Amino acid sequence: MELALKNVTKSFDGFTALNGISLDIRPGELIALLGPSGSGKTTLLRLIAGLDFLSSGQILFGDEDASAKSVQERNVGFVFQHYALFRHMTVLENIGFGLKIRPARTRPPKSEIRRRALELLELVQLSGLENRYPSQLSGGQRQRVALARALCIEPRVLLLDEPFGALDAQVRRELRRWLREIHDATGHTSIFVTHDQEEALELADRVVVMSQGRIEQVGTADEVYDTPNSPFVYSFIGDSNSLPVRVDNGQIWLQDRTIGLTDPTAPNGPATLFFRPHDIELVEGCGGCLAGTVVTSRRVAGTKHVELEIGGAQHRIEVELPIEHPAATKSRLAFRPKRWKVFSAQEQPVYHTSPAPVPAQSVLLQRAAV
Amino acid sequence: MKRVAFRQPSVIPGFRLTFSFTIFYLFIIVLIPIAGLYFRTFDLDWNSFVSIVTGPRFIAALRLSFVTSAVAALFNVVIGLLIAWVLVRYEFPGRKVMDAIIDLPFALPTAVAGIALTAIYAPNGIIGSLFDPFGIRIAYTSLGIWIALVFIGLPFVVRSVQPVLQDFNREIEEAAATLGARRIQTITRVMLPTLLPSILTGFAMAFARAVGEYGSVIFIAGNIPRQTEILPLLIVFRLEEFNYPAAAAIAAVMLTVSFLILLAINLIQVWSQRRFGLV
Repeated sequence: MELALKNVTKSFDGFTALNGISLDIRPGELIALLGPSGSGKTTLLRLIAGLDFLSSGQILFGDEDASAKSVQERNVGFVFQHYALFRHMTVLENIGFGLKIRPARTRPPKSEIRRRALELLELVQLSGLENRYPSQLSGGQRQRVALARALCIEPRVLLLDEPFGALDAQVRRELRRWLREIHDATGHTSIFVTHDQEEALELADRVVVMSQGRIEQVGTADEVYDTPNSPFVYSFIGDSNSLPVRVDNGQIWLQDRTIGLTDPTAPNGPATLFFRPHDIELVEGCGGCLAGTVVTSRRVAGTKHVELEIGGAQHRIEVELPIEHPAATKSRLAFRPKRWKVFSAQEQPVYHTSPAPVPAQSVLLQRAAV
Repeated sequence: MKRVAFRQPSVIPGFRLTFSFTIFYLFIIVLIPIAGLYFRTFDLDWNSFVSIVTGPRFIAALRLSFVTSAVAALFNVVIGLLIAWVLVRYEFPGRKVMDAIIDLPFALPTAVAGIALTAIYAPNGIIGSLFDPFGIRIAYTSLGIWIALVFIGLPFVVRSVQPVLQDFNREIEEAAATLGARRIQTITRVMLPTLLPSILTGFAMAFARAVGEYGSVIFIAGNIPRQTEILPLLIVFRLEEFNYPAAAAIAAVMLTVSFLILLAINLIQVWSQRRFGLV
C-alpha cells in the first residue's frame, strides 16, 4: 500500500519534535528512518502507527486519510525494540492474538488462526517452538516472534522501531539479512527506524536521513553516501573529514594556498570542504594539493588509518591508505581528494541553529562518553 | 562420597551468620508459640476435641469467619485494583495525600476503627439511618462484619499491585492496541494476567488479616451466637472461662485451615512464576 506524509508536524509542550515532514512511500518499499537520537524518527513512526497524534498535517494510507483514525482502526504492524511480547501467552498465542481478539464477525475460526500462526512461525524459522513462553526464548527469537505477531493481522504497513537495537552485533547482522528476505517474500510496505547507518544503508530501498525534526535527505544508499546534500548528511553518514576553506572565483583556498580543487558553482566566501578518508589520491610533490604531517597511524582491518595535521596543528583529518604504505610519524604526506564537496558557510546555519533541547543533550552525552 | 550440597559455594560472606539467625528468630517468634498451641490441644481427649470442633456454634462461627473474610478480600481485590490504577496512571492534585490515606487502616487501632464504623453504620448513624427505613440493617449483622473486614484489608491489594502496575511496560499495551485490541481487551487479556501474581499476594494478605481480625469486628458485629459471632471471639470466650484447651483447639483448627488456604495461594503463584518467568 502507498503511504503519504503531508507536512506532518508534532510538538510537545512548545518543543517541536517534527517540523513539516513530507514523504511519499511507494507500495512494497522498505524505508529506513535514520538519524541521531532526538531527530524525531521514532516520533514519526509512532505518528504513522497512531500511537501519538499529529499537531498538524496529514497521513494518507492509499487514498484514505488515516490521521483521524485510532490505532486499532489503522491496521498497522508494529515491532518494538524490546519485543513487547505477552509473557503469559505461548509463542503461538502471541502470534494469533491479533486475530483472536477480533469481533466474531471478522474472526477466522480457531483452526484457521492456528494454521496461520504456524505458517508464520515457519516463515520466521521458529517451527517447533510454538508452545514455549517468551521467557524461554533468546532475544533474537523473541524479536522474530514479535515480527510474526505483527504480520499475522495482515497489516497495511509494517513499522519497526529499532528492531535490532537490543540484540548483539552478530545476531543483528543475521536478522538484518533475514528481514530483507522476509520483506521480499511478503511484500509489505515497511518502515524501520534505526540510528545504525550500516543497517539503514544495507537494508533499505531508500534511506530518509533526519535531523532535528526535519528530513535532511531522501535517497538510495548510494545517493546518500556518494552525494550527500548537506554538511549534516556528509558528517553523519560514513566517515568524513571537514576543513574550513575559502572560495574565491571557484578556486578553493586553505589558509593562504590553493589546494588544486575548483568548484565554479560555489559562491565566494568562507566554506567547508568535505571528503571521505578513502576518497583520496596521494600525489608526489605538491603544486596545489593538501599536505600534512603524520600524527598517528592505526591499522583497522585491511587498511591503514593515518591521522594528519594540516596547516600547523590547527586541523586534524584522517585518511585511509593501503597497508603497505610506509607512513611514519612526523613524515609529510601530500594528497588530493578525488571526491569532495564544499558547502558555503551561509548555508550552514540552516542546519545548526534551530534550538532543540534534545540534540543539545545528546552532545553532552557524547562528551561524557569521551 | 557424594554429598547433597546444602549451601552453594559463594564469594559473598555471611551465609552462616544470617542463616542461623533467621532460623533462630523464626523459632522463637513464630514456631514455638504455634507449636505450644498444638500441644495444648492434646490436653483434650479425642471425643471432647471432636465435640468442640463439630458443635453448631463453632461451625457457624467458622463459616462466618472464613466466608466473610473471603468475600471482603475479594471485594478488596476489585477496589484495590481500581485504586492502584488511579494512583499509578493519573496525575492529579492531592495524589500523594491520597496515597498516604490508603495506609490509614494500618495505623489506626482496630478498636477505634470498630467503634467509628459502628457509630456510622448503626441504625441511628449517618449512613445506617439512610438504610434503616428500607429495613436494611448494617451494624450488628454479617454485613457490618464484612464492612469492618473490607476496611482493615484495603491497603494490602493496593500496596501489592501498585509497584507491579508502576513497572508495567507501556509498550505492551501499545502492542496490543496496534494488533487491534480494544482497551477492555487489553486490560482483561494482557494486563490482568500479568498482574495476577501480585493480586493473589494482596488477596492472601487481606484474607489472612481478615480471618484473624478481632478488634474492629467485635464492636460492629453484635456478637449474637451462631449469627454474628466470629471465631476469634469464640476463642476469647473460652479463655475467659479459663478453658484453655478448648481455646487452643479452636485456634488450632482455624490456623490449619488458614495455613492450607495460604499454601494453596502460594502454590498457584509458584506455578504461574515458573510458567511465565520474568521477561
